[in-house]
Amino acid sequence: MIVSRSQHNTNNKLVFRPDGEDHPSESEHEPERRFMLGLFASMLDGVLVGAVYGLAASGLTLIWGVMDVINLTHGAMVTMGMFGVYLLFTETGLNPYAALVPVAALGFVAGVVVYWTAVHRVVGRPPLMSLLTTFAVNLMVIGTGTILWSTSPYNVDVNLPGFSLGDYTFTGNHLLAALAALIIAGGLSLFLGRTRLGKAIRAVAGNRMAAELMGIPSSQVLARAFGIGIALAALAGALIATLFPFTVLSGGSYELKSFVVTVLGGLGNPTGALAGGILLGLMEGGLTPFITVSWIPVIEFALFVAVLIAFPHGLFARRPRR
Amino acid sequence: MIKPHRWIIAGVMAAVWLVVPVSPVAAADVLTIGFTNSETGALNVDSIGQLNGFKLWRDQVNANGGVHAGSKSYQVNLVTYDDQSKPDRVQQLYGRLILQDNADFLFSPYSSGLTATAAIISEQYGKIMITTGASEDKTYQLGNKYLYEMYTPASAYLTGALDALKTVNPKARIAMAYADDAFAKAVATATRVYAKAIGMDLVFDEAYAPNTTDFGPLINKIISAKADALIGGGHYADGATLARQVYDHKAPLDFVSLLVAPDSPKFATLGEAATNVTAPSQWAPQATFKPDFGPDPKAFGDAYRTAYGSEPSYHAAGGYAAGLILQHAIEQAGTLDQDQVAAKLDQTNIEIFYGHVQFFTDPGRHGLQAGHSMVIVQWQKKGGQLVKEVIWPKAGATAPLAYPLR
Repeated sequence: MIVSRSQHNTNNKLVFRPDGEDHPSESEHEPERRFMLGLFASMLDGVLVGAVYGLAASGLTLIWGVMDVINLTHGAMVTMGMFGVYLLFTETGLNPYAALVPVAALGFVAGVVVYWTAVHRVVGRPPLMSLLTTFAVNLMVIGTGTILWSTSPYNVDVNLPGFSLGDYTFTGNHLLAALAALIIAGGLSLFLGRTRLGKAIRAVAGNRMAAELMGIPSSQVLARAFGIGIALAALAGALIATLFPFTVLSGGSYELKSFVVTVLGGLGNPTGALAGGILLGLMEGGLTPFITVSWIPVIEFALFVAVLIAFPHGLFARRPRR
Repeated sequence: MIKPHRWIIAGVMAAVWLVVPVSPVAAADVLTIGFTNSETGALNVDSIGQLNGFKLWRDQVNANGGVHAGSKSYQVNLVTYDDQSKPDRVQQLYGRLILQDNADFLFSPYSSGLTATAAIISEQYGKIMITTGASEDKTYQLGNKYLYEMYTPASAYLTGALDALKTVNPKARIAMAYADDAFAKAVATATRVYAKAIGMDLVFDEAYAPNTTDFGPLINKIISAKADALIGGGHYADGATLARQVYDHKAPLDFVSLLVAPDSPKFATLGEAATNVTAPSQWAPQATFKPDFGPDPKAFGDAYRTAYGSEPSYHAAGGYAAGLILQHAIEQAGTLDQDQVAAKLDQTNIEIFYGHVQFFTDPGRHGLQAGHSMVIVQWQKKGGQLVKEVIWPKAGATAPLAYPLR
């Protein structure tokens, strides 16, 4: 009953998939070469995904740095970005990468609304208040999402051609997501350094009272900064949706990664967050060939605690001025 | 003297009594069956199929006059809550089902982990619980007296896949990557032993977190191990994600067999990534069992398609079958008494649309399924459409195994 094409396939293997057993003439260094190639592939994969982690974390760290608010709606907004791109792709046929623009705009608007309704009154108050407020908003968003979409997995069905190194393939989706993350992070850096609003955000972050005295409407600036932070989270979610299937609950795991990245990159340092994300991805990729994958989160959070103790301002933070 | 407002209250109550119709369920004797299902959380795709099976059984039984026990007929009333795929919710809700909703009998939640939690409560209160979607052997080896398993135990899930693979490539280099949960670990433990026993080469053996979304690092390790076959998985969300990423990464695998996920009709939405992926299945719509009790496989499949507009998964079949086996035992016992119904369940030895059903009755494994066996299904492309075919065992196959994968 069984119809096998294994012989045909085995022939293919001799051509396309060299391995030690089938190729007596192959170099005895093949296992080492293969291991090194596997390690490189794993690290490259890690860097590509890490750039997206970095983008997600830059939204969290921007809000944290500017207004001292630990934004627990972050994961929910990553999820909204995922569903934003999914709905635009499936309902309107919009290219998922073109959908990044409306997702960012909607994220910004959602952020400004959340700021004025939930965050504005707790800025400058004890941290527990903003934690509880943003956690409440998070529960409302996730609850609404669960009602609308349940917790079933969704998938943005896009496959871009990538490239292969031996048996290891890097998808075009990963390459483009990493490139988009780098471009967006670069744009954020330019925005904060070169534009009037960016400078105002930095001024308010540095000393809100002094900024007010210079005529900067700090509440307006904080609202926009919050909107930008949420837009970054939504953009990261949209890019992640092009890589992996997701559910309403998926944002939570990226929120946790964002905390690790934020601590690596330095609290309140969006550019450092990108570097932190890439470092985290590189670490994940570099460790995977040597240990069971279940250990990776354990090591990540051990690192989180270690960095908090040894480098409380992050690995890439500038030293605080005395 | 009665105050005027009391007259008003009495009048309103009388009006309500006259106007509100009495539901037929309230008038007849009612058999209440309680359970939780995972409407939300990681297990919701698998759990919804099971819930649909329970509901279809209830609707058909009630339409045919209910469950007959002695001289009485009982209309089935299902009481259910969303457990959010969380054990703590299961623990709390099964207590509520027994103590506040006065459930006469229980069905299990979906998954081995949640059922292990529910079984502690059901045994504590001496309530019969028919389990479906819960195949970890260990739960049935703890001396439980009122627990009955519909599924073939976890230890047998991937043995058929190894047998099928051995016929086409006895020298296959097998990677086993499985979710780090009770069910998948139980499957992996048994599969490891079986692979060794039949001389198959397991070159990679690793668990992953059940909520994993990025399988890239794991797939790279599988490639580095020079594996040409992949077995494992866990439940729907992780299994579907793993299958898609195996395809995206063009992993050079000739055979893929994953737990649970590929059996769901939703798996076909993965398109090319689903092609030629195999899965162990408790039941397939093409089955040709001749039932001693209840509908035949075709009648069940047709009714399910009419009710829900999709193909029944084995989770749906398991849900319906759980109701059918409980109904059979109650009707045999002629009472709702737990011990008498349990005695009839112990004696169960029948064929239904779902296959043969019989339970072990010795104390060391009481309630463990003894009669049912599994099949291996494969998504094959026929005329541009993905069709789920039975490829193992050979005796019941509807199509030959398509090998290699791509």
